Formats: sequence, structure tokens, C-alpha cells
Amino acid sequence: MRRLQVLLCSGSACQSAGALELKRALVEAIADLGLTEEIQIVETGCMGPCELGPILLVYPEGTYYVRVKPEDAREIAEEHFLKGRPVRRLLWTGPGPEPRVLPFFARQKKVVLENCGQIDPEKIEEYIAVGGYEALAKVLTQMTPEEVISEVSRSGLRGRGGAGFPTGKKWQAVREAKGNPKYVICNGDEGDPGAFMDRAILEGDPHSVLEGMAIAAYAVGAEKGYIYVRAEYPLAVKRLEVAIAQARKLGLLGTRIFDTDFSFDVELRIGAGAFVCGEETALIASIEGRRGEPRPRPPYPATSGLFGKPTLINNVETFANIRHIILKGADWFSGMGTATSKGTKVFALAGQVKNTGLVEVPIGITLRELIFEVGGGVPAGRKFKAVQIGGPSGGCLPESLLDVPIDYESLKQYGAIMGSGGVIVLDDSSCMVNVAKFFLEFTADESCGQCVPCRVGLRMMLGILERIVRGEGTEEDLTRLEELGKLIQSASLCGLGQTAPNPVLSTLRYFRDEYLAHIRDKACPAGVCPDLIHYEILPEACRACDLCRRACPTGAAQGTPRNPPYRIVQELCIRCGACLEACPFGAVVKVPGRKG
Amino acid sequence: MDKKAILEKFPRSPDVLLALLHELQRANPQNFLAPEDLALAAEYLGLPLSRVRDAVTFYTMFSLRPRGKHVIRVCDSPNCHLFGAWSVVEELKKLLGIEVGETTPDGLFTLELTSCLGACGVAPVMMVDDEVFGNLTPERVREILARLKEEG
Repeated sequence: MRRLQVLLCSGSACQSAGALELKRALVEAIADLGLTEEIQIVETGCMGPCELGPILLVYPEGTYYVRVKPEDAREIAEEHFLKGRPVRRLLWTGPGPEPRVLPFFARQKKVVLENCGQIDPEKIEEYIAVGGYEALAKVLTQMTPEEVISEVSRSGLRGRGGAGFPTGKKWQAVREAKGNPKYVICNGDEGDPGAFMDRAILEGDPHSVLEGMAIAAYAVGAEKGYIYVRAEYPLAVKRLEVAIAQARKLGLLGTRIFDTDFSFDVELRIGAGAFVCGEETALIASIEGRRGEPRPRPPYPATSGLFGKPTLINNVETFANIRHIILKGADWFSGMGTATSKGTKVFALAGQVKNTGLVEVPIGITLRELIFEVGGGVPAGRKFKAVQIGGPSGGCLPESLLDVPIDYESLKQYGAIMGSGGVIVLDDSSCMVNVAKFFLEFTADESCGQCVPCRVGLRMMLGILERIVRGEGTEEDLTRLEELGKLIQSASLCGLGQTAPNPVLSTLRYFRDEYLAHIRDKACPAGVCPDLIHYEILPEACRACDLCRRACPTGAAQGTPRNPPYRIVQELCIRCGACLEACPFGAVVKVPGRKG
Repeated sequence: MDKKAILEKFPRSPDVLLALLHELQRANPQNFLAPEDLALAAEYLGLPLSRVRDAVTFYTMFSLRPRGKHVIRVCDSPNCHLFGAWSVVEELKKLLGIEVGETTPDGLFTLELTSCLGACGVAPVMMVDDEVFGNLTPERVREILARLKEEG
């Protein structure tokens, strides 16, 4: 046992913020001080609070360093590691010495993310040391496949990919399906913008997914599995490759696992940049090496999936829950959550919220608790406006609905969905029409083009939204948007089209005023849509410094130095905002509404 | 690695097509799939050429046009957008002197947009080849680009 263990978060976010440079600097500083034998640096998966990265967690005392730069390495090594004095300026400024009591962690319940940030994901020994592969051993030696399915069914676990189909029921269907061989697929094509829990699990605890897949394979009678990961996640791919190789070496994948008759192996498949491949039939087509186009269901993959054989397909987070259910029991799992949605859910908090990152909470917590207690609310000086939940398939909910519990049914009732768990907090600087347009651009772009409602319908909706943000919309356009939205929802072939109108429909439902302001008043209340704002100079604040005139690319900002006030000639202004950025006195203001 | 060696890493089974194409693309210094690459894949897997092309054109990460040595992909998802992805794109366009989708004349960089990279906590984000960079500002973009240029 080394004297100190330094856990270095090396999830994608921390790596992108410089975690690896930090590691090099630390290793060097520690070596220079002759402490190499005493201090172990462990690269872990995502610890959660991404915006504070790079993060260091020093055990045994649990010192939590945030936003550490490579330049800080020497100071930490000398002061803390050598002399035992933590570097105060880099500590997380929260109460209490133990990170788990800090506000960000206080409301969380880590099940799926238990190991993320605690173990080295590239060492199978560390996973085994914390109870890894025990659930697989238990299943193979003490339980029949029927007992496994019954335990999963009783737990109430539902698919974490978004739709929330009962996991046990799916397993049962594949077990009963006729046809051989059967396959198990892990859907790691996490495409929802703003969702990154699957990436964090694959990067931080890849074996938990492999173990879940092996247990599922035993339960449904499969011997071969595929993990499909999107190509945008190279680190997850690398960690999975390492994990699969290590598990094979120890005989935890392969033939006659734990000396039983059960054999199972996993193959990794990489996507190539297509959002629709997250849809299960499209994903199967992609694994088969074809265009990732969805097909109508039924038949469901449970009866006719990969290569036309019965196939179980679950999401990363779903598989990561399995070992906990097996070891701690269905009753323990169903003790968390609400009447219809059990267990915990990982959410990715992003947007205009103080604490961004990954959080795991019991299902049924309210949006308000999630955003204001765990997330710390919107940054000072800004006002909460909406929360976008469920990505491009989800919806925007206003402040009045913040006390809605987050579960599959409640969110659906209000026009959002749980989806994969992406939560984007929007403050008063966001224009809801623009947000809706943005998501629609995304889905219209990602539509595979097979079915008309999705391919043409989304384009038509987008055209209307583009008119509205230019100030050329009419009130009938809103009715047309609603009609089109409902039509696309009911007539599209797959989940992409069936849910793509949600961001527009939910904003029309809760933020209709904002649409009307764009249409009637030709004004963007949030000051976002460039065609529906103008700039003015406040005469009393102007010091005639000439900076706005020099910044203006079209000569619209005019005046004489030292002779206030300056003014903006609206006919020349292209509303680029250069004058606003240039003004040191706050004299240039953005005003909703057209002028000139 | 020569192309024959790449092919032989794979079983002759049509379902490995995407993985094979990824490797062929990576092996090409110009980061794209040339007509002969498609033909090689088709022949090796016993597929009609049309079937290979059909798959290639569906996925955004395959390119049929030559690209730069480094492919810069700026995340264009809502969260990065909220946090100023466009100022990053503008800075890159200015520094590289190219538009999105184009390649610099020296063949070093191609500028593309990408869907969510899943590093939303440190938005805005971009990926250069396989490396992700977060908390981007125009200044940080300049630093990263300078480093890449130095490395060549």
C-alpha cells in the first residue's frame, strides 16, 4: 500500500481540459522529490463535475482539488505530498472535507456510477477487487436463466435508452423466441446532444457493461454479443478494447466461463457518424455493415433481429444496472424510485447551470431538486427560463412545471421525455423559438430519408420556424406547426420522426408568447434572433470614446470623439453586435424588436 | 500498413464492412476513401460495389473527397452552441482561411462540424483526429492550432 493514492479523473471532459498534461507534470514533480515509491497515481473514469476539471482526489484523506493546471503540479507535490499541507487555493470550496458531502454529491445516489472515478478502468483487477464479476459467478453457479429473468423483472428495471420498456419483459421475449443462435447487443450509440452518461460508464467502468451483457446472454440463451459504440467516442472504444482483452485473458469472456457450460464472447463495433443508428433496427442494420436505416416493427428484434435471429438489445446504462440487481436483489432496487419507475437514473446536467456534469439520482426526484439542489441553479444574475430534457426527442418545460417528478410517465404527460437523460438548463438569454429551431435542424439533418413524414415534414416545419425567426411568420403558422407536428409523430416510421416534433410542440405549448412576440411584434424577447433586434446607444452612458465606431464593420455606429452621444444608423446596421462588445461603458444595448 | 495487410485482419464477412472502411480511410494519408478503396473492400467481402458505396454515403464520418492530415471537428450541438461554438468556428475559419467542409491548401487541416462529442460539461468542444479539446476560447484555439502546425 502506497502512502498516498492520487485519483486523477481522466474522462473525456477532464482529458480535454488538460488532465493528461497534468499527469505528466505530476509524475515528473513526484519523481524529482523522490516520492515515486510512495505515491500512486490512478487514472480513473469520470467523477461527475466536469466543469471543475481537471480533478484530483487524494486519498486517504479525500482532498478534492479542482481546475488543476499542469503548472500547479509542483506546488501540490511539494506542499501536499511532501509536507502534508493541502494547497488551499485549489481545493473545492465547499463545506466538509469529504467530497461526497459537497452539495453536488449530497443528493446523489451512486449505483451505476459507483465505480466511475474510483477505480482504474484499464485494470480488471481493480474491478474485481470491488466485487466485479461476482454477479456473473453467482448467476452461473446458483441461478437458472428463468430465475435471473424473474429477478430482473421483479426489480422493475426499465430500459435506460429512453423509451423505458421493462427490461425483464424484453429478456423473457428473447428467451422464448424461436431461432438460433441468439444475440445480445449493447447500444452505445449515444447520440442525443447533451447526453454523455453512456460515454462516462464505458470509459469509467467498462467491465460493468460486459458483466451485464454476459448475465443477459446467460438469461436469454445467447453466446455472442456486440457492443456498438459511436466513433465520436475514441476513448470509450479504447477502454472497451482493453476491457474485452483483459476479460478474455482471465476467462471471464470466452468458452466455459467459471467452468460451467456457458460460453459468451463480445465483439466491438464502431459507428460512423449517424444519429439514427441509436434506433434499434437501424443499429442492427449498421452492425450488419449496411446503411443504418430503421425498418418497421414488428417484427421486433426479440424475434427477428441481428442476421434475422432473436436479439436482445439494451442500452449501456441498463446493462450497468444488472450486476447490482443480482447482488443486492430486486427488492433493494425497487426500493428506489417511484411506483412505476424504479432505481436510479444518470442525468447529464449541462447548459446555464452552476454545476455541470454527470449526476445519478433516484428516479422521482423533481426537476427543481435536480437543477437547483444538485445543479446549484443558474449562475448569479441570470433567471431560469426552461429545462430541455430528453434531447432532440424531448421537450422544454417551464418554471411552473419544475415540481414534476422525473419519471417516464410524468415527463411524457407534459410533452417531454426521460430519453437518455440529457438535461440542458436554459436561462433568460435563450430564445425558445431558436432553441426549438435548433433541435429541428438537428433532426431534419439526421433523418435517414426513408419515410416521407420525417424527411419532408421536418423540413416543412423547419421552413416555418425559419420564417418566424426572420419576422415573417403568421399566426396561422403556429396552427400549421402543430398540425404537422402531430402528423409526423403519428406517421413516421421510427422513433426519430415520432419524437422529433417534441421540442417544437412543447415550446408552442409553454412558450407560445415568445412565438407570438416574433410574429406580432417582430421582436425576439431574449434578444437572440438577429432579424428581430436592434442596437441603440444610451446617450447618458456614452463617453464618445470612438471604440464602437472603430469596431463597426458597416459604418453604422457614428459620432465624433469626445463629443457624446454616438448613435447607430439603423439602415446601415447589420446587427452583428461588434459595437456592444467593444463598448467599455455599457452604453450600447440590444433592444428586442426591429427598427429602421 | 499496406492495404492488403489491412484487409487480411478481417474475416471475409459482409458485416465487418464499416470497420474495414474505417481502417482503409485511416491508412490513407489524405483521410478519405478513394475509389480503389471501395473496390478493394467490395472484392474482399464479395459485395457489389454499389452496396459498399451505398453504405459509405450514408455515414458522415466517411469521406469520398481527400481531406487534410488532421480533421478538426467542432461540436455543433445545442450545448456547445449555447456556449459559443460559433466563435470557435469563426476563429478556425479565420486562422485556416477556409470554410467548413474545406481543406487548407497545404493539406494539413480539414474543418468539419460534428454532432455531440459528449463532453458537454466543458463546452464548447472540438475533436482533432482522436483528441478532444474542451473549454475552448478563440485564444485556446489559436494555441492548439499553433501546436498542431508545429508538429506538422
